[in-house]
Amino acid sequence: MTRDELRELRLGEVARVEGETALRLRIGDAGTVTEAQLRIYEPPRFFEAFLRGRRHTEPPDLTSRVCGICPIAYQTSACHAIEDACGVTVDDRIAALRRLIYCGEWIESHTLHIYLLHAPDFLGCDDAIELARTHRAAVERGLRLKQAGNTIVQILGGRAIHPVNMRVGGFHRVPTRTELRPLSERLRHARDDALATVAWVAGFDFPDAECDADLLALATPDTYAIETGTPTVLPYDAGQDVRTFPLADFTAHVVEEQVPYSTALQARLDGRRHLTGALARYAVSGHLLPPAVREAAYSAGLPDPATGAICRNPFRSIVVRAVEVLYAVEEALRLIDAYEPPPHPAVDVLPRLGTGHGATEAPRGTLYHRYTLDAAGLVTDACLIPPTSQNQGAIEDDLRRIVEDRLRHGDATDTELTHLCERAIRNHDPCISCSAHFLDLTIEPR
Amino acid sequence: MAAPAAPARPRLGVFKFASCDGCQLTLLDCEDELLPLSAEVEIAHFVEASSDIQPGPYDLSLVEGSVSTPEHLERIRRIRAESRYLVTIGACATAGGVQALRNYADAEEFRAAVYAQPEYIETLATSTPIEAHVPVDLELRGCPIDRGQLVEVITAFLADRRPDIPNHSVCFACKRRGTPCLPVSRGIPCLGPATHAGCGALCPAYGRGCYGCFGPSGSTNMPAMIPLLRSDGMSDEDVLRLLHTFNVNDFTAIEPEREHEVEPGTKLPGEPR
Repeated sequence: MTRDELRELRLGEVARVEGETALRLRIGDAGTVTEAQLRIYEPPRFFEAFLRGRRHTEPPDLTSRVCGICPIAYQTSACHAIEDACGVTVDDRIAALRRLIYCGEWIESHTLHIYLLHAPDFLGCDDAIELARTHRAAVERGLRLKQAGNTIVQILGGRAIHPVNMRVGGFHRVPTRTELRPLSERLRHARDDALATVAWVAGFDFPDAECDADLLALATPDTYAIETGTPTVLPYDAGQDVRTFPLADFTAHVVEEQVPYSTALQARLDGRRHLTGALARYAVSGHLLPPAVREAAYSAGLPDPATGAICRNPFRSIVVRAVEVLYAVEEALRLIDAYEPPPHPAVDVLPRLGTGHGATEAPRGTLYHRYTLDAAGLVTDACLIPPTSQNQGAIEDDLRRIVEDRLRHGDATDTELTHLCERAIRNHDPCISCSAHFLDLTIEPR
Repeated sequence: MAAPAAPARPRLGVFKFASCDGCQLTLLDCEDELLPLSAEVEIAHFVEASSDIQPGPYDLSLVEGSVSTPEHLERIRRIRAESRYLVTIGACATAGGVQALRNYADAEEFRAAVYAQPEYIETLATSTPIEAHVPVDLELRGCPIDRGQLVEVITAFLADRRPDIPNHSVCFACKRRGTPCLPVSRGIPCLGPATHAGCGALCPAYGRGCYGCFGPSGSTNMPAMIPLLRSDGMSDEDVLRLLHTFNVNDFTAIEPEREHEVEPGTKLPGEPR
């Protein structure tokens, strides 16, 4: 191999993902990918460091600034971890309100990804604006649905991005039943839009692909887990049983390591690459979806999880997200219908010496927080493990597999391969949340 | 047959530095305005939203995020050179953001706390606002920015008029909204008197004291503000923590003890621009 034999391709930036990442892919003879690196250039922002010395009441507001797309996930995981450290359990009605605002975030974040970031890939467009020229009604439906999700977050949280109303122990103020009533009306229309979304994305053309990572999602006994649950692993290898582990052992199982080419840490689950997010949740909890939602999923070509069948095609994650939007709308309607204001907007959370753990299902996957407090309630140690740091390994495997599969069917141009790689990244809705991406594709003949 | 040439639309660029993406997401959260807006401007560079990335020049550039790596220094100069109007959006871009807390700590120590092998990470010792490096035509405050204010900036640009972005304090917005004053009626400490308006006085409406996410207002009087916070029960450490969040650079620049060091005529951060 000599230098001038390198077939190198540079694409400016990976568009339509949250944040900035680069990719380095080396392809050897016989179309074998010898190296696949997802290179995240997100400028480090040092959250774990500056959380030290802050009061126990501050992590929800501070950590929501990690991500403008899923602030509720950060606020809720942080609240749970601090409350755990302080030995506090919130009122059921406060927990229900948290689930409601979280449904709002699922709706807005998933709909953003489905319509504005992901659908253009399937319909050959650069963006939703171009898409609207040929599919105006669909894009308008997406924006309407997204707005419905944002409205839930705004009413309960004050604003859609970095809401102000959540706090350790609950909320600063809780709504009356009357205040939530117009939301129900709006969500009944959103349900039609969500059903239409499931049918719309089901008609897309999906390349064949299979992700062979172990799947990790939170699970609860009776409902599709959103804002709480026990870490549950569905191993890829047939014959291995489903296993769970206590949340307090999360960092013993999900171990982050630094790789030289990325500012994001990469995590592995018990030494193996794993995937968290929509595909994992649907595999772990899909059988708990209400019958109408399961029916919609089945009609859209997803397997019925009650039979043990699992969807492992990352391109189909857009269908799972659409099903989850439908579920979140249904669940929000149910929660509003059953809503009774809690006796107090928040329970007291008195600080004490200790460590607490919190995890929730962010739209992109399991988000874990851990805080250690001193006796005065100051944070002495903080650890955040976001979904994208967990999914990086699985995304790299996807890239390798998808490129090799393509080359098995004949040669492809750099442009085509790069486009395919970008799609493979977008399949997982990575939330890199910061900086400029460069997708460097180096094809290296032997 | 060639269609008649459409009149050239102004070219919009959206750029990101160190940030959470929330302020540029605000543009995508303009669900009612997004498609009509796309008929008025050409979205020429908006990586989060489009794969169609056009080179400059740009008529209006919205810049999110703070300057925090060596590469940023070069990139912001290039964007400035290619932009007719450059508007910074959000606390990271206008004040350095929450990541500017590193400016008040040891960045080496910070890096080691997050990353086991700090030598892989390239970062500047400080996180600074865009205006510290290039001239900025307008700063839109907030963590995050307000959607209505963003629409106002773009509308004003299209109409070639000055945007109506008042720089008074949150107190004005509370009065307009009819929210009873939290410190007066409930003894809840509130940074509203010192904080730039724009959020619509959200926190007080939810029974929570303002926490300053829009940074200092144009009329901030910190020597009067701090004793008020103290009398509502905050310790010195609490006050310090309240000021040391998303706009730490701007609030720190106007802490009382700094006032005497400033040359007459020098523009203080937080003053009307």
